[in-house]
Amino acid sequence: MMQTKQNLFRFHGGLHLPGHKEISTAHAIGNVFIPSRLVLPLQQHIGESSEAIVNEGDQVLKGQIIAKANGYVSVPLHAPTSGTVTQIIEQPVPHPSGLSATCIIIKPDHKDQWIELQETADYRHMDPSALRNRIRDAGIVGLGGAGFPAFIKLNPGARTAIDELIINAAECEPYISCDDMLMRERAVDVIEGARIMKHALQARRCLIGIEDNKPEACAALTEALTKLGYNDIEIISIPTIYPAGGEKQLIKVLTGKESPSHGLPLDIGVVCQNVATAAAVYQAVIHNRPLISRIVTLTGRGINNPGNHELLIGTPVNEWVEHCGGYDESIERLVMGGPMMGFNLGTDNIPVIKTSNCILALGQGEFSVSSSNPMPCIRCGACMDVCPAKLLPQQLYWQAYARDFDKIQDYNLFDCIECGCCSYVCPSHIPLVQYYRFAKTEIWAQERDKTKSDHARIRHEFRLERLEREKLEREERMRKKKAALKTGKDKATKEKKKDAIEAALARVREKQKQSDIQAKNIDNLSAEQQHKIDEIDARRKHEQDNSTS
Amino acid sequence: MQFQKTTSPYLHNNQSVSHVMRQVIYALIPGTLVYSYFFGWSIILNIALACLTALLSEALMLTLRKRPLAFYLRDNSAILSAWLLALALPSLSPWWLIVIATLFAIVVAKHLYGGLGYNPFNPAMVGYVVVMISFPQHMTLWLQPNAGLDFSQALQFLIQGELNSSINMDSITSATPIDTIKTGLSLNNTIAEISASPLFGHIGGTAWEWIAGAFLLGGLWLLYRGIINWQIPFSMLVSIAILAGIFYLVDPQQYSNPLFQLFSGGTILAAFFIATDPVSASTTATGRLIYAAGIGVLTFIIRTWGGYPDGIAFAVLLMNMAVPTIDYYTQPRVFGAPGK
Repeated sequence: MMQTKQNLFRFHGGLHLPGHKEISTAHAIGNVFIPSRLVLPLQQHIGESSEAIVNEGDQVLKGQIIAKANGYVSVPLHAPTSGTVTQIIEQPVPHPSGLSATCIIIKPDHKDQWIELQETADYRHMDPSALRNRIRDAGIVGLGGAGFPAFIKLNPGARTAIDELIINAAECEPYISCDDMLMRERAVDVIEGARIMKHALQARRCLIGIEDNKPEACAALTEALTKLGYNDIEIISIPTIYPAGGEKQLIKVLTGKESPSHGLPLDIGVVCQNVATAAAVYQAVIHNRPLISRIVTLTGRGINNPGNHELLIGTPVNEWVEHCGGYDESIERLVMGGPMMGFNLGTDNIPVIKTSNCILALGQGEFSVSSSNPMPCIRCGACMDVCPAKLLPQQLYWQAYARDFDKIQDYNLFDCIECGCCSYVCPSHIPLVQYYRFAKTEIWAQERDKTKSDHARIRHEFRLERLEREKLEREERMRKKKAALKTGKDKATKEKKKDAIEAALARVREKQKQSDIQAKNIDNLSAEQQHKIDEIDARRKHEQDNSTS
Repeated sequence: MQFQKTTSPYLHNNQSVSHVMRQVIYALIPGTLVYSYFFGWSIILNIALACLTALLSEALMLTLRKRPLAFYLRDNSAILSAWLLALALPSLSPWWLIVIATLFAIVVAKHLYGGLGYNPFNPAMVGYVVVMISFPQHMTLWLQPNAGLDFSQALQFLIQGELNSSINMDSITSATPIDTIKTGLSLNNTIAEISASPLFGHIGGTAWEWIAGAFLLGGLWLLYRGIINWQIPFSMLVSIAILAGIFYLVDPQQYSNPLFQLFSGGTILAAFFIATDPVSASTTATGRLIYAAGIGVLTFIIRTWGGYPDGIAFAVLLMNMAVPTIDYYTQPRVFGAPGK
């Protein structure tokens, strides 16, 4: 099917941002190079981090699993090339906080030798759950940036069918062009991957939403679609308005449906996957190749030779930049991700991971956030006009400023997608998003503390209850015993009891005699010792008789 | 290689408070020029004095509050308030009237409430109302259009509060058209009889209609530039027009026509420049409609039945008070919230 003319919808607010995509789209995607070492964090996705199954010194082959999934919301990790595991240590990872995490370090042997790949099967005859397993085993996560394990989103759960599978090809953030280049050069992968996911979900429709500032990519997809002769995928060009690539925003634009404020797109019968994820799914299902590389954009005026490259997961940024010709001297900031939602890197000695889509080196004049103090909020409402979640950013700001974390949730803080539109237009230059991130973190911390203290309280209450119960039971036993002693003068019962005890004792003695294993300290006793023991036994017997009589 | 760290977004549209305020001041220029074309140097002198007072008092307050002086003086907000205040005051005002009004606006209405962004009331309107209530007899000296006062005479009145005895005050001053109607009606004249006076032009008062037109032009430019939103001017003008229209249809002899209401007094100026002051106005889209409609209704009521010639200042302040409540009840439906 050719490009579909379809009714599009609008989301509230948004911005027309200068694209700057042309900086990095002049050349074809650069080939994979093998760096001197690969740094593979165990956590490259949302959920439980993977669990290393290799040891320092192990030889690994390309595509071999080096860390297994750990729980449901987790995926395995594969060796991107053949080589030796040199270390499993804490390393700085790409994270806004600049923290370190456990990484597997591989020293490549430059043979790039593949592990033996399984036979591929025809996915059309595969059960959706088998497909999902294959996608999970290939370590595929959302490549758009969030990194949610892709197979989970392909599990519609109780729903039998999905109305729309949406392939997010909007790539709305300025500068980033990795999806654009992927579509231009590997349109078939994208289309096939989308069809596989459509099959896994049994989706009624499959829509590829692509911003109209990427006509080449759009044409490439349409051409591939025609060539393959499929008519069950619709390629839809949407207006370039940031953040049209936000999951909820894209769904609204394409279908008019709004994902519930505290829910998932799944609740309205929609599943959204990134276009690069689709290509990775194709590689995993058709060629059985796990996710070991991805396309990453290197751009900005602070870079000498900007462009897109296919990189092995774990390639250190500094080696890559070096490989591409280094930084321009005008570099001011190094950002992972786009200029609106990305985060600043304090160092370039960190690896590219599955979710890294762009390394942006902002040069002089590109970094346009004033460093001076913010002015007070003048309540102009510019932030409100651009908010794609239809929030009241200035009210959120006041509540965050006042640290009123209850009220800020009344203003729907958690519907904020941190797109940065409000900060972009604020005439007072207030770092609004920073306030929301702060408030969210504080609330999460409070909630963790609350859960912790709730647990402790429940445990404590449970213990008190148990002690109370035990006390009552003890008293009850004592009462019964006393009652039995008082009333139990019956001779017959007593005799019976005595006989029973006698019998039990006899059995025990018999057993002891029979037992050929005897305690060591009564072996080889001297006559004197034996005599003492006999004496004690006699005394015991005597006491026993006394007590039972 | 190590880099400096800050949080995203890393881009900004380079808009600033000072820039916004400056745009509003630019938009006031055409109206101000037409105003002084008809009424002479007094207008310019009043504005200059008010701005000077505002800057000095702002500097004083910033110093007392230990705030960075240059940083805040550059935001142009004090100049804008003073300019609007000077436009609202009578064209023949003695210097102390202007100074008192401005001081009150900047010192009390703005800084005692916490400075820029924190004032619940429109500072210019507070300053205006204070002198209106305190010195009512000094608030009536409006020049006649083309009264022909030269620069030195204007300056003389500003400094001394009176002119040479050779000039007959009655020959150069007159009531404003709105006031004339009010007085005329109380003398049992019909609107038609009152409007026969040369004070009245095609749609508003002579000269006043042109001034209003020039302010309208500036206001539309602000709308076009996205500096102000459409809800407030639209809602205020429409509410006045509808109310005036209803009463005009009922009795055209007792009530002036809607166009006259829109193009006389400070209606246009207030709709585009005063009610739109973001700090003291409502912030939600629906809230702005309600807020400005309230100003329109109150303005009409005070004009028609109240004791003051023009009720805009009171209407604005009354609605300023209602803003927190309006904002609370007009929160937009969040994306994805039920009840679409």
